[in-house]
Amino acid sequence: MWPIFDYGRFVSIISSSDVYGVVWMRSLAQLHKMANLRVLVGVKRVIDYAVKIRVKPDNSGVVTDGVKHSMNPFCEIAMEEAVRLKEKKLAKEIIAVSCGPAQAQETIRTALAMGADRGIHVEVTGKSIDGDNNQTGQMTAALLDWPQATFASEVTKENDHLKVVREIDGGLETVKVTLPAVITADLRLNEPRYATLPNIMKAKKKKIAKHKAADFGVDLTPTLEVVGVEDPPVRQAGQKVESTEELVAKLKDSGVV
Amino acid sequence: MAALLGSALKAGRFARAGVRLFCTNNAATPKITTHWSVLPRDKDSRWSDVDMERVSDEVDVCIVGAGPAGLSAAIRLKQLAQQQDKELRVLVLEKATEVGLHTLSGACLEPHALDELIPDWKDRGAPMHTPVTEDRFNLLTEKYKIPLPILPGLPMHNSGNYVVRLGNFVRWLGEQAEELEVEVYPGCPVTEVLYHEDGSVKGVATSDVGIGKDGAPKDSFERGMEFHSKVVIFAEGCHGHLAKQLYKNLDLRKNCEPQTYAIGLKELWEVDPAQHKPGKVEHTVGWPLDRMTYGGSFIYHLGEGEPLVAVGYVLGLDYSNPYISPFKEFQRWKHHPAVKPTFEGGKRIAYGARALNEGGFQSIPQLAFPGGCLIGCSPGFMNVPKIKGTHNAMKSGMICAEAIFDKLTDENLQSETQGVFVDDYEQRMKDSWVWKEIKSVRNVRPSFHSPLGLYGTLLYTGVFYYLFRGKEPWTFSHGGADYKRLKPASECTPIEYPKPDNKISFDLLSSVALSGTNHEGDQPAHLTLMNDEVPVNQNLGIYDGPEQRFCPAGVYEYVPMEDGKTMRLQINAQNCVHCKTCDIKDPSQNINWVTPEAGGGPAYNGM
Repeated sequence: MWPIFDYGRFVSIISSSDVYGVVWMRSLAQLHKMANLRVLVGVKRVIDYAVKIRVKPDNSGVVTDGVKHSMNPFCEIAMEEAVRLKEKKLAKEIIAVSCGPAQAQETIRTALAMGADRGIHVEVTGKSIDGDNNQTGQMTAALLDWPQATFASEVTKENDHLKVVREIDGGLETVKVTLPAVITADLRLNEPRYATLPNIMKAKKKKIAKHKAADFGVDLTPTLEVVGVEDPPVRQAGQKVESTEELVAKLKDSGVV
Repeated sequence: MAALLGSALKAGRFARAGVRLFCTNNAATPKITTHWSVLPRDKDSRWSDVDMERVSDEVDVCIVGAGPAGLSAAIRLKQLAQQQDKELRVLVLEKATEVGLHTLSGACLEPHALDELIPDWKDRGAPMHTPVTEDRFNLLTEKYKIPLPILPGLPMHNSGNYVVRLGNFVRWLGEQAEELEVEVYPGCPVTEVLYHEDGSVKGVATSDVGIGKDGAPKDSFERGMEFHSKVVIFAEGCHGHLAKQLYKNLDLRKNCEPQTYAIGLKELWEVDPAQHKPGKVEHTVGWPLDRMTYGGSFIYHLGEGEPLVAVGYVLGLDYSNPYISPFKEFQRWKHHPAVKPTFEGGKRIAYGARALNEGGFQSIPQLAFPGGCLIGCSPGFMNVPKIKGTHNAMKSGMICAEAIFDKLTDENLQSETQGVFVDDYEQRMKDSWVWKEIKSVRNVRPSFHSPLGLYGTLLYTGVFYYLFRGKEPWTFSHGGADYKRLKPASECTPIEYPKPDNKISFDLLSSVALSGTNHEGDQPAHLTLMNDEVPVNQNLGIYDGPEQRFCPAGVYEYVPMEDGKTMRLQINAQNCVHCKTCDIKDPSQNINWVTPEAGGGPAYNGM
């Protein structure tokens, strides 16, 4: 299951795609009303969003070799939220974690440069892109049996709870979650800061602990097999029509109506 | 008007290049430029409360640019430091977020410099997998191709060379540098050169972040960092923006001709395996260019497993017809009956472009000055008829490193200036094989400027170069800077380019998408104009807006304003692929390319 844990109360903030921006907070509320949370943020190295994705010739996946990678933008947002909690003195320590190949350490270094205090790298070989599955936060909550507040656009602390404004299809929903809980970050939660060079240089001195999944007794045998990956179908040219009657006629002809 | 601007700009001294001289903001011309290099922040009220202090750090040698030259210099410095048991802190600053991401070249690499720098490159896994096996040079007419012989001794003879993906090679060089404990910082564009009071170079400053599109500071604003060093090595590649400032501020070009350039556009194709011949190198000249426009193509077949072919077109920027579009020439060239079969059934997977220098021997500026040195394609050591510059760039980096090392470890060093003047770097270059090589080919490119045009060059190379190897006692001049060569649009004929067929040839915007380029939208455009009114009045008015055509990324567009009558220039800075062509070819020399905020630029993969 989950490593490390006896961490009392947690909140995890995760991105609303399958990437993990997991933020766990530990509350020592007995001593202060002001919680001293320890925050764990998951960060993931993915193909840069501006790069054109190319499917491998054998359709087994997408090309990742040599392609520009960056921290998933939602992970940056989750990281930023954690740093803001620390600046508001609600969080005491921020730990960045990433499960991925050796290069995931670069992503952890960026998180360290943004303000994380230390990092954890779980070495997992194999492909890693943002599959847009929107499941990591929810699965984490289920495994830990914690409440969850997803697609957060605002997070505020109120006594022992977190008040979270969620972006849903119908508008905005405000929920109250007790700690520990899982929160997933949405685009409008904040605008992440830059990892500036002085901070990058300081981050080199921060520690990254390295682990393998086996260290935690986690079995990585896949339970899903990817059968194939294909390009989306090429968009067909549209047709212009002169009048509504013509439009209806064409729709009828093609059997759509 | 342009001459006045020109002489007024030349009159600047240590002032940052490009302080705005004309402050008129004609109501008709919308404001375009908001960058602080044109509109200084110390006069801007929005910046009055902002703390402009910068963190600084001391290093021994700071290198700007992690390309073949910069990394070779870094590696050589550390090799020497290790051999002689000395401590040397070497730092490399690179604007791309990963080493190799902004690298673009053909490329056919001559291993001469690499053999000297890292003799065991093969054991170390250098990505040089494709020795050249076949070499072709063809003159194209509209329908046919005429093979021209490549005799050994002619510059484009390629035996012993390798077809490489230079981006991958540069990435590997970066790994070698890091193994030697060079500190490489990608994602750190350098925006400023810093000077001591005595005028010598003190160091550099990296880019600020968090400035909005309107030029005002955002909440996320943070100042860049300063690096102070004994020597700064400027290795920005062709037409670096810092080098441009140095040439002006320190008058480094007083004894050489202006640099001349070409633009190189490149695509990477996955071809039908039946068409794939690993190790085959082909160059063409002639069609679709007329004999008075310098240019040609390359087709390099890579042999790294996949059926990849690197193909590209190079066009001299001394062309005179403002209606020429290098991108469209490239696209239509692919349809030539001798070229098309290679690409039929294939898939284009990458695109990019970069300017390259062609001035060679006649255009080499002063290479060293107090506190700094210039290496690589920045001063420009490309061997034009050989179409290779990487080996010379690497060697210049190595020679510079050796000169700097000897200077810095000299216990009796008495420097007159705070920034160290490595005065023997230039002499060492003159004594090297690089100098001999580019001197021997110095007359080939300028031989183009005769009424015989292309045929003059072919004749000159075939006769004089083959016989005399550059020992002829005369040196042709290039005849002036590229930007002066454009003729007014009224004197030229527009060119009808064929429409792309989307199988072999493509439109510009889908090509730009393949470069993976992107820039954070909310920042001042890094393509800055000294005067916002010049584009419509001059470039559009006289030359019909050549930047719309020579930019390989669709950055410049003249669009009608709301009144439907007047035009305005729209700068799509997000598309920029950092090729520098606009800065070079703008007839008004009004465009000043500067580095964008960290993170922007193309995402080339092994280009």
